[in-house]
Amino acid sequence: MSEKELKTPLVDELEEGPWPSFVKEIKSLDNPKAKDLLGVLERSYRDKVGHWKHGGLVGVMGYGGGVIGRYNDLPDEFPEVAAFHTLRVNHPAGWFYTSDVLRKLCDVWEEHGSGLTNMHGSTGDIIFLGCSTEELEPTFKKLTELGFDLGGSGSCLRTPSCCNGMARCEWACYDTMALTYDLTMEYQDELHRPPFPYKFKFKMAGCANDCVASIARADMSIIGTWKDEIRIDADAVKEYAEAGDLDILVDVVSRCPTKCMSWDGQELLIDDADCVKCMHCINAMPKALAPGKDRGATILVGSKAPIIGGALLSSVMVPFLKMEPPYEDLKELVDALWELWGEHGKNRERIGEFIQRIGLGNFLDQIGLDPTPEMIAQPRANPYIFYELDDEDEYEDDED
Amino acid sequence: MSTNLKKRVTDIGPPHYEQFLPPIIKENYGKWKYHYFMRAGVMVHVGESGDQLYTVRAASPRLCSVHTIRFFADLADEFCDGYLRFTSRNNVEFLLSDESKVEPLIERLAKEGFPVGGFGNSISNPVHTQGWIHCHSAASDASGVVKALMDDLFEYFAEPKLPAKLRLAFACCLNMCGAVHCSDIAILGVHRRIPEINNETIRAQCEIPTTVASCPTGAIRPTTVNGTKSVEVIEEQCMFCANCYTVCPSMTLNDPEMDGLSIWVGGKVSNARTEPKFSKLAIPYIPNNPPRWPEVVEAVRNIVEVYAAGAQKFERLGEWIERIGWPKFFELTGIEFTKYHIDDFSHAGETFKRSLHFRQ
Repeated sequence: MSEKELKTPLVDELEEGPWPSFVKEIKSLDNPKAKDLLGVLERSYRDKVGHWKHGGLVGVMGYGGGVIGRYNDLPDEFPEVAAFHTLRVNHPAGWFYTSDVLRKLCDVWEEHGSGLTNMHGSTGDIIFLGCSTEELEPTFKKLTELGFDLGGSGSCLRTPSCCNGMARCEWACYDTMALTYDLTMEYQDELHRPPFPYKFKFKMAGCANDCVASIARADMSIIGTWKDEIRIDADAVKEYAEAGDLDILVDVVSRCPTKCMSWDGQELLIDDADCVKCMHCINAMPKALAPGKDRGATILVGSKAPIIGGALLSSVMVPFLKMEPPYEDLKELVDALWELWGEHGKNRERIGEFIQRIGLGNFLDQIGLDPTPEMIAQPRANPYIFYELDDEDEYEDDED
Repeated sequence: MSTNLKKRVTDIGPPHYEQFLPPIIKENYGKWKYHYFMRAGVMVHVGESGDQLYTVRAASPRLCSVHTIRFFADLADEFCDGYLRFTSRNNVEFLLSDESKVEPLIERLAKEGFPVGGFGNSISNPVHTQGWIHCHSAASDASGVVKALMDDLFEYFAEPKLPAKLRLAFACCLNMCGAVHCSDIAILGVHRRIPEINNETIRAQCEIPTTVASCPTGAIRPTTVNGTKSVEVIEEQCMFCANCYTVCPSMTLNDPEMDGLSIWVGGKVSNARTEPKFSKLAIPYIPNNPPRWPEVVEAVRNIVEVYAAGAQKFERLGEWIERIGWPKFFELTGIEFTKYHIDDFSHAGETFKRSLHFRQ
């Protein structure tokens, strides 16, 4: 297809309009791969069906993850994209870059691949979109020379990712970027060589606003919180009141989920014992209110998208944990989870589904965590209890 | 083969983030005091030290060529000593310590077609999947629908004029790469016909027992076709999840006439005020209509406008619906309520209304 000028009237319509155009991005490359990609897309727009085939096993030597194999079903018409694999490149925590390192990444990718990227993919990786099978190994070599490595895919640990935390947010209750880097380095083997029944994701969020959607898509969601009092700057509260953009009674106090605040027009009071750390009042008045100083994180487990047993949000496993290096308690928990799920999880069963199958109570027994009421929205309402009669002696002992 | 055979290294992990942080961030790391919005697309962080960091956020098309990334790098050199970052929603952010450079940077970005916005009560860059650009299981294109949507909803990116933030997400099949199931508005590609079994290739490509076991409703049974082992699908039990296709490439669901999009509303991941929640079905099916999917754009704009007109300050879309009730949501938006809106998967009964708490 590359020898004659390709007509793409349908996708060309997406060059217009105020939003940045991905079609312009593809066209700007002016290389044979990009031209054929545009051709394939035009065909999809005409046929209303995709033209990509199921993966196939491709990768770099010694790794079981990091490359997503992709082939086209029209290889005769579009030979340049017949094999058009994805490389997941593990991003630096927080997605910070210098212009210098970005240019070097671009040079590698222009030389060895299509020149198309996602900045970034859903998991967080830098996505190099469109690599031939032969170029995978040379691209990987250049990346490691630059100090980069591949991310996870398949039944690997997926590339851990996080919000920008303490780097640029006053609400970060622990150092999300430091923990992300630490876990990524600690679990390099799990990241590159699939050891699990299915994928496992860590997402680090510095506060309950959860800017990385940790609670919706991480097998382990580590979300910052605090135990002591919200810090109040009374002068700044007055500033907000006087500025008039915010009605403190209506917009802040009445929106508190536990009604633990009051405002008499002069003084803002918070009954912190009743506060659930939801972040609303702090979001509304960032200059006046701030999280307390006794900070850590809540550890939740098990969220996922629908495939296969239905979507789940993560649920509380540890209500509060200090998040300081070397994160021994956290890693002990991770090891316990992986050991149990790794041994008893079914093929393609995420840990959240596994917990539902065996029961959260049994799961806690197995990993050696005591049940606490913070783990549930409510106790069971049905009387179908699997009493463990073997434990009767223990119960009697307790009564002595 | 290169003659310069350096030792092959593996398992080095990503570079340490610290080397990419601008000096102002290193100095104020963990010591930021508060932030405010200077104008649309510009957030200012103030440190305990008094330092001010100006973040200018611009949209990217997610699918970026190396030329565009180099353009961002050039801007970073010119305006902020070479430091920039990307967000979890594919925006690019320039990190300035010099306030006087904010407006000139915004002008340059605008001139090259990269508008600023997305902070505060706005629609930020939609997260989305690969779609027909690169995915084998896509029921629609992702980049195209998002481009068409954001061309139309552009004003809500450029100006924070909604009652609260509105998070838009797109996934091109039920695998939902990214967290679209907890978005204010999610657009989801759906298949609607049972897998087509290729009896020629299934023996070579698929393990029959794994394929049978992959079905969450037990709709797949082993069978023999012309003396060859294959599978059959019980049509009434198939809910088009495509999990079988993921484990067995010989069971394709893609179909030009039957595939399309569904729209889901009211999800959130933040804990602010109310607990995180899933998005719920608003529109079960809209046919694919490339290149600009006008029916989808119109449906999303309608939901955004009805929400914007009715919600109170700080109410996310799902919180607004919880206050007014689902019957009112369907009435105000004019969206038809059908039997497809009623859950019939596991634990569906929990979604039935079992009280008189609704408006007559």
